[in-house]
Amino acid sequence: MDTVTRLAIGLNGEARAFDGPLSVADLLERLGLDARKVAVERNKAIVRRAHYAGTRLESGDAVEIVHFIGGG
Amino acid sequence: MDGTAASTDTWSVAGRRFRSRLIVGTGKYKSLEETAAAIEASGAEIVTVAVRRVNLSDPKAPMLQDFVDPKRYTYLPNTAGCHTAEDAVRTLRLAREAGGWNLVKLEVLGPPPHLYPDMAATLEAAKVLIADGFEVMVYCADDPVAAKRLEEMGCVAIMPLGAPIGSGLGLQNPAMIAMLIEQAKVPLLVDAGVGTASDAAIAMELGCDAVLLNSAIAHARDPVMMARAMKAAVEAGRLSHLAGRMPRRMGADPSSPLTGLIR
Repeated sequence: MDTVTRLAIGLNGEARAFDGPLSVADLLERLGLDARKVAVERNKAIVRRAHYAGTRLESGDAVEIVHFIGGG
Repeated sequence: MDGTAASTDTWSVAGRRFRSRLIVGTGKYKSLEETAAAIEASGAEIVTVAVRRVNLSDPKAPMLQDFVDPKRYTYLPNTAGCHTAEDAVRTLRLAREAGGWNLVKLEVLGPPPHLYPDMAATLEAAKVLIADGFEVMVYCADDPVAAKRLEEMGCVAIMPLGAPIGSGLGLQNPAMIAMLIEQAKVPLLVDAGVGTASDAAIAMELGCDAVLLNSAIAHARDPVMMARAMKAAVEAGRLSHLAGRMPRRMGADPSSPLTGLIR
């Protein structure tokens, strides 16, 4: 049985706190982001989309969530 | 090639075939609506895009994909803003995951005010990316030694600048661009420096396979009209290149016959 813990996550450079357990899929859902339109890096390693649900975040993780914007 | 064959003129990069020889950026527009309208008017089939952090305070904000359909346009993710090989590689790995494709635009830039291509870092990043399975279209200096090295490493297109990014100065180096075209065995594109339609036409007349631009459209007073102008200019320049210009001569040569003049 998972117990609720408070996770300190560095999210796009900001210090944030979330109730754990927290997978990458959970995080995107809580943030209201469409998983099909973003890419996620955890501690400078790409998290493949197929692994979002199975990747559990830990306190101290640095997460980057990016998408495509206009650029030249 | 005759006049009709020109209408089926295509070019290919990394095994993908395209009719439009104009690649446009999607940055600097006033709105996503204007971006979409200008891209539509340009006739471009490939658009460059940047990779940036999601705005977490407004997760439902409209995204580029909602206006510029990635199923219709080939997204070419760039590494704008990257000043090290490591940042460029990291950015494109994220882009590959976000988009699901390997065709990318690599640019590693030196500091302002020139934002000139950092060729040492560009070569370093290209090596890592190619080993990692990317198809790399590479922004570079108009340096034939570096360009050849990038081509030999396996870059799928060589894209020298015509002038600094966003400067709109036009091609400052037509002779160097011509020499790079002459030596290239992969598509050669002018990327950066085009300011107005005639600049794009000149690049195409020199024999470039395509032209990449952003600011010249986005910063025009009427971006949609300028997008149409660029489309026409790239087509005109290409046709002019294929048609083969007349020789220059030092003196006049009348176009009307000199016989049958009234006396």
